[in-house]
Amino acid sequence: MRKVRNIGQTLFDQLESIGRAGIFLFQTLVRKPVRWDEGCRLLVNQVYSVGVLSLVIIVVSGCFIGMVLSLQGYTILAKFGSEQAVGQLLALSLLRELGPVVTALLFAGRAGSALTAEIGLMKATEQLSSYEMMGVDPLRRVIAPRFLAGMICMPLLCLIFSATGILGGMLVSVHWLGVYDGSFWSLMQQSVYFDVDVFNGIIKSIFFAWAITWVAVYQGFECEPTSEGIGKATTRTVVLGSLAVLFLDFILTAAMFGDF
Amino acid sequence: MRNKHTELLVGIFIVLGIAAFGYLAIQVSGLAFSDKKDTYTVVARFDDIGGLTERAKVTIAGVTVGEVESITFDKEYFMGLVSMSIHSDIDNISTDSSIAILTSGLLGEKYLGITIGAEDDVLKNGDEIFDTQSALVLENLIGQFLFKSDEEE
Amino acid sequence: MKNAYVEINNLSFARKERAIYENVSLKIPRGKITAVMGPSGTGKTTLLRLIAAQLHPDKGSVLVDGVDIHKANRSALYETRKKIGMLFQSGALFSDMSVYENVAFPLEEHTDLSEDIIKDIVLMKLQSVGLRGAIGLMPSELSGGMARRVALARAIALDPELVLYDEPFAGQDPISKGVLVELIQKLNKAVGITSVLVSHDVEESLSISDHVCILSGGSVVAQGSPEEIKASNDERVVQFLNGQADGPVPFHFPSGSFQSDLMGDSN
Repeated sequence: MRKVRNIGQTLFDQLESIGRAGIFLFQTLVRKPVRWDEGCRLLVNQVYSVGVLSLVIIVVSGCFIGMVLSLQGYTILAKFGSEQAVGQLLALSLLRELGPVVTALLFAGRAGSALTAEIGLMKATEQLSSYEMMGVDPLRRVIAPRFLAGMICMPLLCLIFSATGILGGMLVSVHWLGVYDGSFWSLMQQSVYFDVDVFNGIIKSIFFAWAITWVAVYQGFECEPTSEGIGKATTRTVVLGSLAVLFLDFILTAAMFGDF
Repeated sequence: MRNKHTELLVGIFIVLGIAAFGYLAIQVSGLAFSDKKDTYTVVARFDDIGGLTERAKVTIAGVTVGEVESITFDKEYFMGLVSMSIHSDIDNISTDSSIAILTSGLLGEKYLGITIGAEDDVLKNGDEIFDTQSALVLENLIGQFLFKSDEEE
Repeated sequence: MKNAYVEINNLSFARKERAIYENVSLKIPRGKITAVMGPSGTGKTTLLRLIAAQLHPDKGSVLVDGVDIHKANRSALYETRKKIGMLFQSGALFSDMSVYENVAFPLEEHTDLSEDIIKDIVLMKLQSVGLRGAIGLMPSELSGGMARRVALARAIALDPELVLYDEPFAGQDPISKGVLVELIQKLNKAVGITSVLVSHDVEESLSISDHVCILSGGSVVAQGSPEEIKASNDERVVQFLNGQADGPVPFHFPSGSFQSDLMGDSN
């Protein structure tokens, strides 16, 4: 009986925290905005710390994933004598899956954890209370620019990831393995559709951005304001963010490419 | 000073993102949109559809003019009922055209090929192509070959 | 006491299951320095947060300058908060802004003053805390005492009527303590700011306050002028002021008998 009650209690707590997170997001987005010029400045600063600082890891991993993908694809495709199709394989897997998903996972690790830690630290050092005491809404001033910056940066990072991945893959397959570059590009262009593949990849990354930044700013805002609490919240951001991405990816892939 | 620096880097970041977008759009996808043109539907019954799948292409003279929409079993005739959507601008397929299930390459995918007939009347939405040629099923082919060589002896 | 700036009536507040306040009533006189003292864990900081309406009481009301701050709507609350400056324990300077931007922030947010006037005000406020020379530094480049003084300059930037000091002396060296004591006194005398000082530094607090409240175990055990408090013979007050290890606040955390624990038959 007690166990049942415990399970019920846990479930109840979970629902409650989901509800709180929802209200939190809602309030962040609807409350009276900070002044326009001020908001722009805050947003630019956040795009810098969320996007520009994630650029290096995105470019480097994009390049390597593209290179590995062509190597692997080439060895298998060469068995069937259709190594030209490596471009097609590369572009489709990057644009549809790996681009958005790997970018999102890296983003959760790089920018999401930093967001949580930063906001948590602001809470621990009473900066958030301080804003409130000065009659400034911390949701608007601190949370909203970070959330928006995440939503802007993720799709851009995803595009950059896919592009560098394809360039890296081309480097390996065309310049190293000797695939004829005419058929590399023509087969790729034949099978990649702009509105299906490129566009759906962007849509996916917008959803992922929403999930990760939501988790990150909420965890930071609600964390226990101690060093231990911040550490735990940061871990939770990465774990929950990554799980949310994989879950959403399944749903979105089924909705976009699945046949029912 | 710090601020200018930040703005410049953010600018570079956004330009990079847009450049990546342009690159993917033009070089990688060749700016090809998956064409959702207007289509009309034509059906055909086959004795054996032998591995034809939905979304397989429909060709005339090797050029894609449409795709297979659905494949169902016709209970009345015990045949495979294939309905396909043909692009509306290909509006001059004569009613006595024939259709065959073909294979691209030795082990490749199955697709439909239409051979144009001589009638003046053309197919309209919902019409049927009666002259059909079923898929070549490898086992049947081998069976025929063996049967023939038996006869010759 | 008729002229109370903050009036706390029958306040009860509990965190989780632990009651922090039960039926506390307290008045903070206008234009005076009030020290709220008590042992750690009696929720002194909580009291400040209740006054600033960052926390909400389970029962009772808090009137700030006649406004029931917990019943006010959001805009009225934010309006009242503009009249309150708060010096947080850690200073709480915004780490992404320079000293100048920190002090200018409340002015830019809440006034339509021009850039030049704001700059003059910031310089004045920084001058009054003796840190005009640090105007271009970032908070991470300041020592703890300096950060607290900058935070004080920020708290008084809008010329508030009430300033809440959360443990202003905690963790400060004697010189910084002396500087802060003087600043708090100067502000109070010069502009008649009502000050509430939460602290457990007995000596400093008694030396500057006009009115003292001692909290213990969720209720007010004594209040009055510093002289009255010093003369009090309530044993809880005496224990706190003299720093005795055992007394009404026991040395031992509540537990069963020591003997039964040792014998191992406590459960």
